[in-house]
Amino acid sequence: MSEYNFAYLDEQTKRMIRRAILKGLAVPGYQVPFASREMPMPYGWGTGGVQVSAATLTPEDTFKVIDQGADDTTNAVSIRKFFENTAGVAVTEETEKATVIQTRHRIPEAELTEDQILVYQVPIPEPLRFLEPRETETRKMHSLEEYGLMHVKLYEDISQHGDIATSYAYPVMVQDRYVMDPSPIPKFDNPKLEMSAIQLFGAGREQRIYAVPPHTKVVSLDFEDYPFEATKADHACDLCGAENSYLDEVILDDAGNRMFVCSDTDYCRSRRAAGHVGRLGTEDAA
Amino acid sequence: MQTQATQFAGGFSDAPINAAHAFRAAMTVMACPGKIRTLTGAQAPKPLSEAAATLLLTLCDPETGVYLAGEADTDDVRQWLTFHTGAPLVGAAQADFAVGTWTDLQPINAYRIGTSEYPDRSATLIVECAELLQSGAVLSGPGIKDTAQLKLPDMQALQANSTLYPLGLDFFFTSGTQVAALPRSTQIAEG
Repeated sequence: MSEYNFAYLDEQTKRMIRRAILKGLAVPGYQVPFASREMPMPYGWGTGGVQVSAATLTPEDTFKVIDQGADDTTNAVSIRKFFENTAGVAVTEETEKATVIQTRHRIPEAELTEDQILVYQVPIPEPLRFLEPRETETRKMHSLEEYGLMHVKLYEDISQHGDIATSYAYPVMVQDRYVMDPSPIPKFDNPKLEMSAIQLFGAGREQRIYAVPPHTKVVSLDFEDYPFEATKADHACDLCGAENSYLDEVILDDAGNRMFVCSDTDYCRSRRAAGHVGRLGTEDAA
Repeated sequence: MQTQATQFAGGFSDAPINAAHAFRAAMTVMACPGKIRTLTGAQAPKPLSEAAATLLLTLCDPETGVYLAGEADTDDVRQWLTFHTGAPLVGAAQADFAVGTWTDLQPINAYRIGTSEYPDRSATLIVECAELLQSGAVLSGPGIKDTAQLKLPDMQALQANSTLYPLGLDFFFTSGTQVAALPRSTQIAEG
């Protein structure tokens, strides 16, 4: 596409984003401020992730986009088309074939490799924001490693609900230094944050980029007597029968019938293609 | 004096594509200390290596101060860098990027290490090396599964840098067309 610069953004913007990514990788979990640009899509649609992807993509990449695990939702389709048009990259829905994966609110079920990059769309990058609204204060708290407030929040969860009720955007400690918001992924995905792929986080509206290099220590905050637990719906997938994947609940009718299906559509599809059949699945469904 | 041809030559032939490839290599080595990647696309006047020249064109622009250390500080290099990036040439204390040999870059405590609230406001040093070897110092920390090895110019100074974490300097090591990196987060032990 000659109508656009490669990957849409101008070169100076990409250099600015690239410098922020490098500093983010050097200080895992620390939120690097960057001059987020207007993108041809509204804030909340993944403008941070799109800018990070634009700065990271090369023409040889194969690009995949998921929204809550699905490749075929509006947000995922439009971002995939955006880079197909502006960067001319190949696209795929298969996790294993992708070299750069942009995600909203999920980590793929398939284990990622060292040759892959996972780009997260982040709405609110500051894990302390709902506890302390002032940026000047949260910045000070990070600099002093003062995270007592976060533990008080988790403790209040326990005193009110009997257990830690936080079920998504569950705070993590990165390399024993920074408390980080892993973006609104379900806490089921938290253990996967220690992975072989490079993880980049982009928050467009809030103008922050942060990163987790491969094999970085990422620990979900908890208490000795209330250890962290990666929870999911207590069912198997009704289409592919998977018992260890994160599930979406789908209401089927007004008589109370419901089904549970893998939120990762590619994982479910590949399992059905391999012959796995769930409670409501059929042999030829794949 | 250099001819105009050398000052204007040596840039990227296709800037968006060259820079995208170069950044991926730079990002990979910064994310995984100990890895070595190839950086090509830019030719600077002597004594800068192709890898260092490519890094400068990929990361520097009018918003970043560059410090040319020692032998790298020639009229040719100054004119080349100014023409291709527009980056202001500054002293060590103001630099976002510094380039030169390890000896020329001394003293290492002259550079910005960031502040406790903004540790990203620190310098990145591009250290020109005779060769890059995956032997010597044993590295561990973020980006490294178990351990990695990399020959380092001065283990003690770099160990001292890592104790400043989360403040500190980040390093690219360049030689010919090769690049490796050492972020401040890496723990360094004797090989």
